[in-house]
Amino acid sequence: MIQEPKQPPVWLKPRWWITGNRPRHIITTLILLPICFVWIYPFLWMVSAAFKTNAEIFAGLNLLPENPAFGNFARAWTEARIGRYFFNTLVITVSSCVIVVVSTAMLGYVLGRYKFPGKRLVIALMVATVFLPQGYTIIPVFELISAMGLSNSLLGIILGTSGGSPIIFILLFTGYFSRLPHELEEAAIIDGAGFFRVFWQVMLPLSKPIIATVAIMQTLHAWNDFLLPLVLTLASPGLRTLAVGIYAFRGEFFVDWGGMAAAATISITPIIILFLFMQRYFVEGIAGAVKQ
Amino acid sequence: MATQDLNRLASAPSRPEPGLWQQIVKARWCYLFMLPSLLLTGLFTFYPIFASWYFSFLDWSGFTDTKLLVGFANYREVMGDALFWGAFRRSFIFMLVSVPLQLVFSLIVAVVLNDKSFGLAPLFRTLFFIPVVTTTAIVGIVMTFIFSPFNGPVNRILVNSGILNQPIDFLGNPQTALGTVIGVFVWKWFGITMIYWLAALQTVPSDLYEAAKLDGAGRWHIFRYIIVPLLTPFAIVITLITAVGSLNVFALVQTMTAGGPYYSSEVMEVYIYRTAFGTSSGGSVPRLGYASAAGVFFGLAVMVITIFQGLAARSMRRKPVAP
Repeated sequence: MIQEPKQPPVWLKPRWWITGNRPRHIITTLILLPICFVWIYPFLWMVSAAFKTNAEIFAGLNLLPENPAFGNFARAWTEARIGRYFFNTLVITVSSCVIVVVSTAMLGYVLGRYKFPGKRLVIALMVATVFLPQGYTIIPVFELISAMGLSNSLLGIILGTSGGSPIIFILLFTGYFSRLPHELEEAAIIDGAGFFRVFWQVMLPLSKPIIATVAIMQTLHAWNDFLLPLVLTLASPGLRTLAVGIYAFRGEFFVDWGGMAAAATISITPIIILFLFMQRYFVEGIAGAVKQ
Repeated sequence: MATQDLNRLASAPSRPEPGLWQQIVKARWCYLFMLPSLLLTGLFTFYPIFASWYFSFLDWSGFTDTKLLVGFANYREVMGDALFWGAFRRSFIFMLVSVPLQLVFSLIVAVVLNDKSFGLAPLFRTLFFIPVVTTTAIVGIVMTFIFSPFNGPVNRILVNSGILNQPIDFLGNPQTALGTVIGVFVWKWFGITMIYWLAALQTVPSDLYEAAKLDGAGRWHIFRYIIVPLLTPFAIVITLITAVGSLNVFALVQTMTAGGPYYSSEVMEVYIYRTAFGTSSGGSVPRLGYASAAGVFFGLAVMVITIFQGLAARSMRRKPVAP
């Protein structure tokens, strides 16, 4: 795990810029600053273009728009139906998060705390799924969702997005639950709680850090998924997600750079903000993949 | 016989082992709890694998119910398709170029940032990580503007600074399209590999560094003789994860070039998508059976490589760690 400092974050510590001011650090900073500027330049360009007219975008490299305008955003939101796609993406993301968190927590719970016949088989099956790239099974998934009669509803995309949840979520829950002391549930059982109540009222609330990590990783996945929603919405444009909608938008209005940039800004900004506030959980979830 | 029975009785535990059925009944809640996950995995991971084997033997457009069993005809056709082999080759080029770039550069940055006394490290870590969280398909579209030959910022900077005389059509030129996409891919997923390395680096106890410094070891020696050996087991896992990741490139390739120009950046996933679902403008008939055969064949190739990698990793792990 990435160790979070127990003290307040380093930038809140007094005079960090003096304590950390070794010559080597100054050189490192001087090298890294321009690299990082180039690194996030595409996003700076995107946000800047979203506030510019098309003529201004073509005119120069200046990142600050002369007359910041919101016309691009209005056009993207209504004409390109970004509002609709935003809503679809939100519904898919939230629903798949709930499905994935509950189902992987339940599986992780029994794998982490109980012994039963067939446990090894289940673990072996789950590990086998690691090496299956999604792109090569999209056709049967598409057929399955059509056969279930869900090809014209958000539910199909929600199920598909929740379906390929990675083994790491289950491993995170398994590891966490197996480390919790047994006295916890024994006390609850003495109080007369059944299997389900022990899980729901005692164990699940204790696993909040893992729930946060899994929820954020799944949000990232659902918000960014492309192939599955693309294939499932080929015949129903009204169900498009942001990623698919903007891809289609480019096809129709490929000269409207300002509108495109505004649409891209609308869809990318929420996830960046979520990341900036919940960084710890992102990083822990990803680091957990290596540790397991 | 009688003595054997007696012996068995004597050695048997005082409470008899419950039978398999009893164990299953006792654990009925466990099975119930596994149901949602197993159902989802079964439907969306295992079923598709077996289904695509079946589909690969069909002549089937997906629009009609007419499914004609054609045996290995699809496979024979796949084998004879130059575009298939082109996509096959490019998928592996993609992996062989992007994985080492991503691994090496992110390790360098991770080593630099893994310094507790460096106050700005968390800020740089965040900045390097931002591309990872952004929507791949949308990043791909934004990149078509960034690399556009018509006043795109990259070309403008290169021309203005005198490096280029003429703008390069990075994504419209068969010579540069695949390379540009690989570059953007490495940029996009660099941060995630960096976090893997940072997680691995933090398992190295810091007193080891102190001890080495006391012994007069330089930075390079610390890296070579302390960090590298301790990192090796992690490196195997990280390489594997990164390699698997480099096979999931559909969103970026489809939005940046859609496999073009002239198929010069068409990787396996794009090839499958194109043959299975057709292009909206191309007018070709979608062929789910044929595309499944291509997918199955490529999936088998990937599996062979994964097993090979796994075996290599195992033999490396057995090797004693260098002092």
